[in-house]
Amino acid sequence: MFLTINGLAKAFGDLEVLKDIDLEIEKGKVLSIMGPSGSGKTTLLRCLNALELPDNGVFSFEDGLTLNFDKKISKQDALRLRRKSGMVFQSYNLFPHKTALENVTEGPIIVQKRNKTEVRELAESLLEKVGLKDKINLYPHQLSGGQQQRVGIARALAIEPELMLFDEPTSALDPELIGEVLTVIKDLARENWTMVIVTHEVQFAEQVSDKVLFMDNGYIVEQGPPEEVLKDPKEKRTQQFLQRILNPS
Amino acid sequence: MFHLNDMLFTITADQGGWELFKNSLLPMITGGIKYTIPLTLISFAAGLILALITAIMRLSKSAIVRTPAVVYVSAIRGTPLLVQLFIVFYGLPSMNITIDPFPSAIIAFSLNVGAYASEIIRASILSISKGQWEAAYTIGMTQNTALKRIILPQATRVSIPPLSNTFISLVKDTSLASLILVTELFRRAQEIAAVTYDFMLIYIEAAILYWIICFLLSIVQQAIEKRLERYTAT
Repeated sequence: MFLTINGLAKAFGDLEVLKDIDLEIEKGKVLSIMGPSGSGKTTLLRCLNALELPDNGVFSFEDGLTLNFDKKISKQDALRLRRKSGMVFQSYNLFPHKTALENVTEGPIIVQKRNKTEVRELAESLLEKVGLKDKINLYPHQLSGGQQQRVGIARALAIEPELMLFDEPTSALDPELIGEVLTVIKDLARENWTMVIVTHEVQFAEQVSDKVLFMDNGYIVEQGPPEEVLKDPKEKRTQQFLQRILNPS
Repeated sequence: MFHLNDMLFTITADQGGWELFKNSLLPMITGGIKYTIPLTLISFAAGLILALITAIMRLSKSAIVRTPAVVYVSAIRGTPLLVQLFIVFYGLPSMNITIDPFPSAIIAFSLNVGAYASEIIRASILSISKGQWEAAYTIGMTQNTALKRIILPQATRVSIPPLSNTFISLVKDTSLASLILVTELFRRAQEIAAVTYDFMLIYIEAAILYWIICFLLSIVQQAIEKRLERYTAT
């Protein structure tokens, strides 16, 4: 097990967003998190890389790193947790003052202090992999949403994380651009990246996931293989949600 | 013959019109080059450093770090520049601290720019979306690295137009240094006017020179803004 989470809880003031979450993330597998907005799925994802710090809970990594959030964790530990993962944001959050290539090389060169020439080659190959070989010197505002999101994926991959996190990676995209981003993520799944994806794309989740987790109101309502959770959900709440997003009218 | 500092200028009380205008140009421009421009440049540079430190202090979570910055900005913004200048030049000697006119002016103007520019820098930093900080964190950056590499370069772009206004105001405000005996452009004008009594002509001439300096600066400002338009800030 890459990561085992026990008793994760997080509140914003009086609002309990995550309540006693237990979760296992398997190495080389894809976990999709679905659920209505406000269900806590994005917060759960953000807890995985310390963008939000849990109030309670224990994270145990396969490599021995254990973080107990019942006490305040040190900045050092938060940084260690964060550096295990790469994150792809709903709104891309590319650095607008840097070219596509510079967006990708920033982490490896500035944070990881790796060799510039090697990083440049790596960044070029990553941008080629996401289909943007001819766009490496363009600035984010010169790219479409789908292209920006693919740069975002390359940027996250460049730091060579153990875990890739996707926060609704296609929600801000025009419908015709969603496919190009999902294709890239599917390629990563085939390469056995460990990934956690928050998404509303039922069909995509079905194709790409090894496990689907349905959340509502801060709890995990149901989890299991996609063919069970998405095709034949046991819980009423899951059934209702799926029905609503599959037949919006 | 009228004696100005170590320079001899041929300005006499009986001159007037075009001849006086022409003869006054050199002393005024010399005052501008020797004092107005250095005073502006040095005060602005020092003020910017002070402003950056103050802005970062004001963004701190710790009240102990934040409070001195808040008090400093409030005190400077709440008092007239001329009063600040007089405190440094005429006030400090009574505490046995005597500073020459030019360095006094530098101190007062730097402190003044520091307070105003810190508000601009602070607002510019706050205008950068939270997503930029988060993206920087997710590629492993610490807060300091994120500030330096990701946030400040974007905040700079945002702050250039308002900082240019501060700079241009400073050029004009340096004329106040004439009141603490710095022989800058306007002090020269006053000295010439005191001899010739041609106030209208001389002060209009001084006004034109300030206008030219500010006009040239606004061209520089546009060039910088154009250069920074390589990307559009989010």
